[in-house]
Amino acid sequence: MKFILNDELIDDNTLPSDFTALRYLREKRGLTGTKEGCASGDCGACTLLVGALEDGELTYSTLNSCITPMQSLTGKHVVSVEYLSKTGELHPAQQAMVASHGSQCGFCTPGFVLSLAGLYENKQGCEQPIDREAVCDAISGNLCRCTGYRPIIDAGMSMVKGSMARKEIMKESDEPPYVELMSKNDSIKTQLESLQTERHDSSNYLQPTDLEQLAYALKLNPAAVLIAGGTDLMLENTQRYRDFETLIDVSRVAELKHLHTGEASLTIGASVTYSELENFSKTLYPQINALLSRIASRQIRNRGTIGGNVANASPIADLPPLLLAFDADIQLLKNDGSTRAVNIADFYQGYKQTQLAKDEMIASFDVSLDKLAQFHRFYKVSKRMEDDISSVMLAVRFDVDNGILSDVRLAFGGMAATPIRGLKAEAALTDKLINDEQALNQAIEALRSELTPMSDMRASAKYRLDMACNLIRKAWLELNGSDVVTFSGHAVSDSILSAGLEGCTHA
Amino acid sequence: MRKLPQDFTLDTKAFKKGLLPVHESAIKHVTGQAVYIDDMPEWPNELHVAAGLSTEAHADIVSINLDKVRAYPGVVDVIVQADIPGEVDVSPVLSGDLLLAGDFVHFIGQSIFAVAATSLRAAKQAVALAEIEYKPREATLHPRQSLERQEFVLPTHTISCGDAKGALETAPNKLKSDLYIKGQEHFYLEGQISVATPNEDGGVQVFASSQHPAEVQKLVSRVLGLPVAQVLVEVRRMGGGFGGKESQAAVLGCMAAVLAVRNRRPVKYRMPRQDDMVQTGKRHDFWNSYEVGFSNEGEIIAAEYDMVGKCGCTADLSDGVVDRAMFHADNAYFLPNARISGYRGKTHTVSNTAFRGFGGPKGVILAENVIEEIACAVGKDSLDIRKLNCYQANKDTTPYGQKVDDDVLLTLIEELETSSNYRARREAINAFNKQNPFLKKGLALTPVKFGISFTSKHLNQGGALLHIYTDGSVHVSHGGTEMGQGLYTKVAQIVAKAFGIDYQRVNVGSTRTDKVPNASPTAASAGTDLNGMAALDAALTIKSRLQEFAMEHFSIAADAFAIEDDQVILGSETMSFPEFIKLAYMNRVSLSSTGFYKTPKIGYDRKAAKGRPFLYFANGAAVSEVIVDTFTGEYKVTQVDILHDVGDSINADIDIGQIEGAFVQGMGWLTSEELSWDDKGRITTNSPANYKIPTSADIPEKFNVKLFDRPNSEESVYRSKAVGEPPLMLGISVWCALKDACAAVADHKISPPLAVPATPEAVFYAMQAAQNHQAGEEASL
Repeated sequence: MKFILNDELIDDNTLPSDFTALRYLREKRGLTGTKEGCASGDCGACTLLVGALEDGELTYSTLNSCITPMQSLTGKHVVSVEYLSKTGELHPAQQAMVASHGSQCGFCTPGFVLSLAGLYENKQGCEQPIDREAVCDAISGNLCRCTGYRPIIDAGMSMVKGSMARKEIMKESDEPPYVELMSKNDSIKTQLESLQTERHDSSNYLQPTDLEQLAYALKLNPAAVLIAGGTDLMLENTQRYRDFETLIDVSRVAELKHLHTGEASLTIGASVTYSELENFSKTLYPQINALLSRIASRQIRNRGTIGGNVANASPIADLPPLLLAFDADIQLLKNDGSTRAVNIADFYQGYKQTQLAKDEMIASFDVSLDKLAQFHRFYKVSKRMEDDISSVMLAVRFDVDNGILSDVRLAFGGMAATPIRGLKAEAALTDKLINDEQALNQAIEALRSELTPMSDMRASAKYRLDMACNLIRKAWLELNGSDVVTFSGHAVSDSILSAGLEGCTHA
Repeated sequence: MRKLPQDFTLDTKAFKKGLLPVHESAIKHVTGQAVYIDDMPEWPNELHVAAGLSTEAHADIVSINLDKVRAYPGVVDVIVQADIPGEVDVSPVLSGDLLLAGDFVHFIGQSIFAVAATSLRAAKQAVALAEIEYKPREATLHPRQSLERQEFVLPTHTISCGDAKGALETAPNKLKSDLYIKGQEHFYLEGQISVATPNEDGGVQVFASSQHPAEVQKLVSRVLGLPVAQVLVEVRRMGGGFGGKESQAAVLGCMAAVLAVRNRRPVKYRMPRQDDMVQTGKRHDFWNSYEVGFSNEGEIIAAEYDMVGKCGCTADLSDGVVDRAMFHADNAYFLPNARISGYRGKTHTVSNTAFRGFGGPKGVILAENVIEEIACAVGKDSLDIRKLNCYQANKDTTPYGQKVDDDVLLTLIEELETSSNYRARREAINAFNKQNPFLKKGLALTPVKFGISFTSKHLNQGGALLHIYTDGSVHVSHGGTEMGQGLYTKVAQIVAKAFGIDYQRVNVGSTRTDKVPNASPTAASAGTDLNGMAALDAALTIKSRLQEFAMEHFSIAADAFAIEDDQVILGSETMSFPEFIKLAYMNRVSLSSTGFYKTPKIGYDRKAAKGRPFLYFANGAAVSEVIVDTFTGEYKVTQVDILHDVGDSINADIDIGQIEGAFVQGMGWLTSEELSWDDKGRITTNSPANYKIPTSADIPEKFNVKLFDRPNSEESVYRSKAVGEPPLMLGISVWCALKDACAAVADHKISPPLAVPATPEAVFYAMQAAQNHQAGEEASL
């Protein structure tokens, strides 16, 4: 496998399939600036920046190196913290962190620095001040136990070119030099371009780029395990110490990366990442976009895939309820190249059990545009706003026809052994007036009788059921134009905070 | 100790903002150059350790079969208790903590055997192959059971003043309830780790991530059966400690040392995160029952508190933790009649340990909970109840007899009340709550008064070793450890200030047991107080030698000698510091000295339960505002204002960093961080996937932190005050604000019970309780 590590072209064909990028840097290259905090993608101490060519442009994104197989980064530019100050000058992200007192124990710091450096890249050198939301988004997967984050957020917001308090901090009189954006580095770009023409496969880590190659890889390696982002699979390796002999990486298969709006439906390829869908949905489907911002951290969203979230069959995954709300069809692909469609409602058969046969995988999802055009909302309740697993999640779709609820979907995560619809509750609302409160109450009663969630460390069974009911009420009120508010990782807006205070002289 | 010259301790405003150094490692942190133990180069023959853990909470071990473990590829050595050459007990103070279990286990996660292998992965894969047969015994898993069964790790202690029982009986109003307070996982970002390297004399050098290297040294020597002097422990920095590396780190050093000496190879013992969360102790849960009598105005007349700490299976540091909880059950409030009993509950769970605040937070939250409930009972703003009960003239003695002899608390509270615009915001919040059917806001101002000194008197000592080299560069070692809190930076500042030289000249070396012996743990917020004073003592010793030399050599009077702004003033002449030092060297002046400090005035008579356990109190207050979604109990903290007393700050940037970080850690403990155990005694929150510390999205955009501007009235180092732990308890303002928002549902007629932590679930059911109360009131009308 070949890739660029900082400014060095690496060619290494000795790695086990599941050898993580974190271990590679620390154990093989002595690059110990990248830390292991949890080895499960939850803390961000291992954050790396990875540059890839997309339509000829070099773009950088962050990932958790602790659960990323090194070989999955074939043909990419891997940037560790050591690269940022290779000239002897601190990168603006590093300068800002020093000037703002953004480090205390320092163990999480390289991860934060890379997340901020990635933001600096995405903002093209920060000619304009960066807003707080963008900073918090960039560091949503970085945990710090010392600072309380305020100085780190300040650092992120002050990465504007040339505005550093460098004089004070660095005891130097000159202005910081212009820091070349990595994405404008032609030498890296040229090298990456030439790497694209080479095969990415190794004998134990196969990276097919189209369905034909994929079929061939599967045929030759029937015992191989499929991997896409690996954000769940790799926990088997790092938490349970399971070794994977051969992995087939489906994240570069072109046909699985489709993300487009057709005549009647939106097609989402199984290997589309959360971040890709997030960008795609920003203006088209703001509710979907908002839900995605509550799923995992930025680093995980850059790697994790829609197909993985669904195929994993976790009862607490957030996308299955969403797909249930839209009656999405799943295209399944057999190793022999044949396909079949199955509706999401029929896909889950029991705890961690699906309709997927041993020789099948998910290829894509089709979501009807008509249904996407209907009123829909997603509510996720968890202990923490950012990067947490749902205690309860509700995806709701209300089709309204002349003031009547012509079709209703109430799909839940965290309420059963599988993602599940509240069929009786749906029925209680269907064909009723949208503002029929009695029907709403009947739906909630029905839900209480049809779902029996369990208690665990995230929530009690009682709370889960109470939430499921209250979220239906909330959605119904929202449908009827009530000013209900749903919090997110972002700050509560001033308009909400000051609502109703007009008459108060001291407000 | 000789008295330090006045001008060195009373040089107020000695450290001015704008001239302050950043953290000494800041640039190394941001460039990835700071070395943590796991970053040190490994030897080709280095071994890695994993331990085989008990899967039973309380059981006899019937048989152990490790054949498959030994046979696993990469495994070099496997040890059980009998293989430990010296003592098997590695308890910090008392006894019961065994390096490896013998014929019984008393918590799930207890180490039974250890494997050394050529890689950590091989070691982890091997330990899973052990076959261990248990005969389970009944387990005690909850402090309520400990109390019922009278199972304690240590005897109960009681503090009292006045006549609590009598005063309660005659009090016009009473409250009686209980509050269960869950513990907290430290979640230092760097997990527990030690590397041991055998030396040529049969001894060992240990690199530890420990807040207490002297204790690691002592325990390593004990398990090896060697004199303490044959063990060297070094700590350059930790990736966070928070109390979790005070006693817990020693186990790793001991295990690595035993295996290193046995195999004559370097050995690394690093706990992967999940093992760390299962195997190491946490903040104690506390089950606090309380009965309080108060006047119609809300003045506390009497209080009876029973505080049961969940100590786990052994004593560890629990005696001090429970004591400190008791010492802080008054928080900022005068209790004229009180009985405070602290029970050391034994449970068959991991032995709980130190965590920032060391029991104190469990006392403070009890006090604040009582205040919130009294406020609702008498129909007043909780801030009025706080001010009414706050220590002040004629209400200035704690239940244990120590006087609170300055008026900082009330002044500070009132200053914050004004600067945070508390009253106007309260009105606005009331109006908001009346008008908004779906959202409720809450507000609370809570103070903290935290006693500074170890409650174990002997620990209140610090040591330092200081050298000046012939180029004028200074090297200082001290007994304190760096875990991010900026101790090394502050010590360097203190030394530079004491000499009158540039901060850049001073280098603080890593903490080593051969530089400063028998050092106390870096804990109890006392790192700078003790080690800064010791370093100052060493500096002043050398400085007075330099002064004597200058008087003789230049024939000048004592007061003609000074060092200012890095220049040595010798009467009418000046000389650069390096030149002067070189001259002193040529004239055979000793340029090296130790320094020592012991905290004066303190002493607590445990029999009488009276005395002065603390040299002084560090104070602070916070106002937090929250907004709650009544559908779900989800909430956001929308504004925090803090005013905190660090005396004369040595480094305001570092102090503010400590205050903010502690606040958020305290807030995390009380909001999203929830430890959970199943009915077998297994911890179910064993990973950051299910244990949620705050992220950047959890802190408010309006987060105003100011330092209270007043020197310490005690002669602390440059009149500063300790800052590590006290502000953690300011996070209690968030919990009280949430309780206040829940009370708003019932128009503040009751303050509904709110669980700790106040997860969205807990807040939701507290609101329901308030709503039910309100409905009951309305129905009875």
